[in-house]
Amino acid sequence: MEVPKDLLFTLEHEWLRVQGNKGVVGITEFAQDQLGDIVFVELPQVGSPIKQENAFGVVESVKTVSDLYAPVDGKVTATNKDLETNPDWVNSEPYGKGWIIEIEIDDPKKLDHLLAPGKYLEQCQKEQHG
Amino acid sequence: MVPFAGWNMPIQYRGVIEEHLCVRERVGIFDVSHMGEIEIRGKDAALFLQSLITNDLEKMTDGSILYTLMCYEHGGVVDDLLVHRFSPDHYLLCVNASNQDKDYEWIQNHSGPFQAEVENTGPRTAQLAVQGPHAEILLQPMADSFLGDIQYYHFRKGKIHNVDALIARTGYTGEDGFELYLPAEEAESVFREIIKRGGPYGLQPIGLGARDTLRLEMGYSLYGHEIDENTSPLEAGLGWVVKLGKERFVGKEALAKQKAQGPARKIVGIKLWERGVPRSHYSVTQKGSPVGEVTSGTYSPSLNTGIGLCYVSREHSALGTRLEVRIRNQGIPGEVVKPPFVPSNVKKD
Repeated sequence: MEVPKDLLFTLEHEWLRVQGNKGVVGITEFAQDQLGDIVFVELPQVGSPIKQENAFGVVESVKTVSDLYAPVDGKVTATNKDLETNPDWVNSEPYGKGWIIEIEIDDPKKLDHLLAPGKYLEQCQKEQHG
Repeated sequence: MVPFAGWNMPIQYRGVIEEHLCVRERVGIFDVSHMGEIEIRGKDAALFLQSLITNDLEKMTDGSILYTLMCYEHGGVVDDLLVHRFSPDHYLLCVNASNQDKDYEWIQNHSGPFQAEVENTGPRTAQLAVQGPHAEILLQPMADSFLGDIQYYHFRKGKIHNVDALIARTGYTGEDGFELYLPAEEAESVFREIIKRGGPYGLQPIGLGARDTLRLEMGYSLYGHEIDENTSPLEAGLGWVVKLGKERFVGKEALAKQKAQGPARKIVGIKLWERGVPRSHYSVTQKGSPVGEVTSGTYSPSLNTGIGLCYVSREHSALGTRLEVRIRNQGIPGEVVKPPFVPSNVKKD
């Protein structure tokens, strides 16, 4: 399973790519595999605030529906509008074209709550065999 | 893999949408060995079955198959099932996995006055469903007889890949295809052989996920969703398998009464106009007021839209009625349609 080394992760399987005080958020390879075929993503409004561990959107697959959780406090600065017509990009390229939102990070200290790649991989292995 | 009625079942192999379209466009194989089988034999087998099922055995011939229900005295549904007639005194029932033990007990408990033997053959029977437009051409070279003259809802005993099989032209997908009943210990070799020969036809193994989306596009009922012990076949749209003209069967009095009164609610199909996926137990409203509940819903891979079956009060059940499904506190609009949601391609005579 692919866990890129330059990302931070939540226990709910979102990833965050930090770039200065900004960040890009998506869901992980593990998450997309668990959800199966994604048929749409409910995106937040640009400009809306997000709060760590609170839902900011919804991803719906054929099988099930799942909330998207914010990795940190901040504000939505952009959303991936391409997902409206190509929600399957979240399945095919979860770390690339399937990104979900771009955010401004309020407090970089809150990044300490997130999981490093190694820890996240352990977490996935636990869930897979749990 | 997920646990299902005591079995470990694959939800998906490659992906629900890909598997779904594979069955609609080409051919897929399902391991449905979890389905239950019960055989009834004896001089009174027909009389006995007649006393339990809502449909009428009378017109069955050897090699024909009947879809029916068994009901409780109060009219609720014990199970829906297929009855296969080998001969006037020998039948095979195919029942839902989750109801197998309950059904077997129910049947045994009613066998009192009848000279009939009831046997639970589920544990030694495996079942493979081969479904899709290429099903016949794929299976024909493995069969010892001409499959083309097995009509829809008919079966034959024969051999598939040299294994004794009951070959039935039935399915739960709305496509042409077969359900093969096989000795459990030989099913794996048949499964592997079909997979091997299926390559040129684009065959894929299909999981429970696509089994559900395929049956939902057809509007077929699933026990535990559209029907259960608290629902009536009449409100579930299954009045066509309830033959009140029969002399007697368990539940007849209750169902005759319901029919006279008319059911208060009805199963309807709903097709959403906007983005959203109906799911079991979501509320159905009209202009915001509750009128019913979704029993099964999905994203239709064929139509690229949300579809569902739901119970709504009778006055909101007319075709074309505009309703909403409440999805995360929003009413997503749609309309009442008549299932199947996509045309059925089962074999016509």
